[in-house]
Amino acid sequence: MYRYIVNRLLLAVPTLVGAAALVFLLMRLIPGDICLVRLSGGGSVDADALAACHADLGMDRSVLLQFLSFLGGFATFDFGTSMWSGKPVSYEILTRLPISLEIAVLATVVAIAIAIPLGTLSALRQNTWTDFVIRTVAIAGIATPSFWLGIIALIIVLDVTSAVSGTPWMPPIDYVPLWQDPVRNLSMAILPALTVGYRYSAVTMRMTRSAMLEVLREDYIRTARAKGLVHRLIINRHALKNALLPVVTLIGIEFAFLIGGLVVTEQVFNLNGIGRLFVQAVQNQDYTLTQALVMLVVAVFVLTNLVVDILYAWLDPRIRYA
Amino acid sequence: MSLALPNETLLDRSAAGRPFRRSLLQRVLSFCVREPMGTLGLVLVLAMLIAGLGADWIAPYNPTSNDFTAMTEPPSWAHPLGTDQFGRDLLSRIVFGARTAIIVGFTCAIVGGVVGLVLGVASAYFGGGVDMLFQRVLDVMMAFPLIIMALAVVAIFGTGVQNVIIAITIPLIPRCARVVRSSALSIREVPYIDAARTCGLGHARIILRHMVPNVMAPFLILLTAFVGQAILAEASLSYLGLGVQEPVPAWGLMLQGGAEEYASTAPWIAIFPGLAIALTVFGISLFGDALRDALDPKLRDR
Repeated sequence: MYRYIVNRLLLAVPTLVGAAALVFLLMRLIPGDICLVRLSGGGSVDADALAACHADLGMDRSVLLQFLSFLGGFATFDFGTSMWSGKPVSYEILTRLPISLEIAVLATVVAIAIAIPLGTLSALRQNTWTDFVIRTVAIAGIATPSFWLGIIALIIVLDVTSAVSGTPWMPPIDYVPLWQDPVRNLSMAILPALTVGYRYSAVTMRMTRSAMLEVLREDYIRTARAKGLVHRLIINRHALKNALLPVVTLIGIEFAFLIGGLVVTEQVFNLNGIGRLFVQAVQNQDYTLTQALVMLVVAVFVLTNLVVDILYAWLDPRIRYA
Repeated sequence: MSLALPNETLLDRSAAGRPFRRSLLQRVLSFCVREPMGTLGLVLVLAMLIAGLGADWIAPYNPTSNDFTAMTEPPSWAHPLGTDQFGRDLLSRIVFGARTAIIVGFTCAIVGGVVGLVLGVASAYFGGGVDMLFQRVLDVMMAFPLIIMALAVVAIFGTGVQNVIIAITIPLIPRCARVVRSSALSIREVPYIDAARTCGLGHARIILRHMVPNVMAPFLILLTAFVGQAILAEASLSYLGLGVQEPVPAWGLMLQGGAEEYASTAPWIAIFPGLAIALTVFGISLFGDALRDALDPKLRDR
């Protein structure tokens, strides 16, 4: 097991370095000189100021040295300063992280709570109306853009609250920690979590269904039936336990992709999270912030994959000893 | 599929001495009978294609002309889906938006898919060190969620239809290459590849003529999924203001302008463009699922 973990860790490192190299190269593909863009606001550009700016950004060094210092920066969590706000990138990210993290975790809970029971039910009632309806709901979840769902949810909340109480109510947009004001915090986070969670649950539901169908055909399920085991026990203890393995992987992978979904959803609900920061960074052409955020997402992806793989090996001995 | 034919048909065919082949129409009809949901999907996709391609004749109004005498009008006979805050007819904008969605969706899926197909098959064919290196590169590319990669590309090249297409195509390539590679790996071991090599055929010819046709089933299934993903990604980018730019009509863009501001007074501005996106991608997904069942019977019931 330890050997497996070490192997997996060693595989994650080149992926991260490779991703850093890709981001580094992409950021250097930007047409024109960043310093020229920054300084040319006043018209003509002073040669000394240009050189100073280059030195400041470390652009007078060789490309290899630049890349190494770029990597070193990430390794020591020093991402430089935002080119737009002038504040440290790590500060910008850390102030925005809790809100996104909370929505991501809530969305995951929503997704699991919907997907696993419905996916299992769909598999058990294969090719019946129940199955048909659940599958349609799942496909609709994949097809519906989460930002549109968010807008519709807001319209409904507005209409319902103004019909019930006379005054339209909108969820709060400023972040209050859960422990300070749980009601306010949850009323802010629940709608985005539901809209993102629906899509997430749709993917997970389909996976649960197909994994469950596969497991239900296994010999040991027939054996369990033959020896007269109660149906509920066969499903819960024998089938579901094995069917959930690929589902765990999917949940892990989708968790990382959730951040991508948040980019759009936070915009709908006007929430000041990581996703919104990312869009602002791109709009403001703030390259230091953009590259740090891209690397953050990639790191989350690689780390969740790592955790999922280790979890998978722990759950399934066949992987460990393969 | 022909393997499942009853024996008499096979005998008939040999007796007649001509190859048995069903016409395209027969194939389509049998698909419709066996896959009702897939047919519904196909109908939705066709409706969207007709709307997009025939937008000039179908749209009742010019999608970009403002009419300040008819702003935020609810759906009526004159404006079946209502008008937006500039008095533009929503139906016309949605019909023209279909064209943008088709252009972006299909270009991204086809270009990204074909590049991924060739790379994936080539990687499986050459194997060894080439494959190893290629796998690591794919690992890196796949670590970027689609929308994040697309946003990073937009950050560099800027917005607009052309750049959006580039931004969405790039992240699709590794996703296609990975799936295609894994199906191509099993084909490499099949004797006819060795036979082709013994005949002295070149690498390019073996890859393109002998291996690529055999990964067509998973490839086509993937391609349909890509069209849906590309349309969703384009809508997301446009909604963020980082995709297609005004005055080009695009569904995501229509949700960006006044959808939230007018949420309570003119909800149709928000409802209809989103419905167009959802129905289109829904149709593509249904069709893709049915296509998977039809092309790959092994996966049926899963």
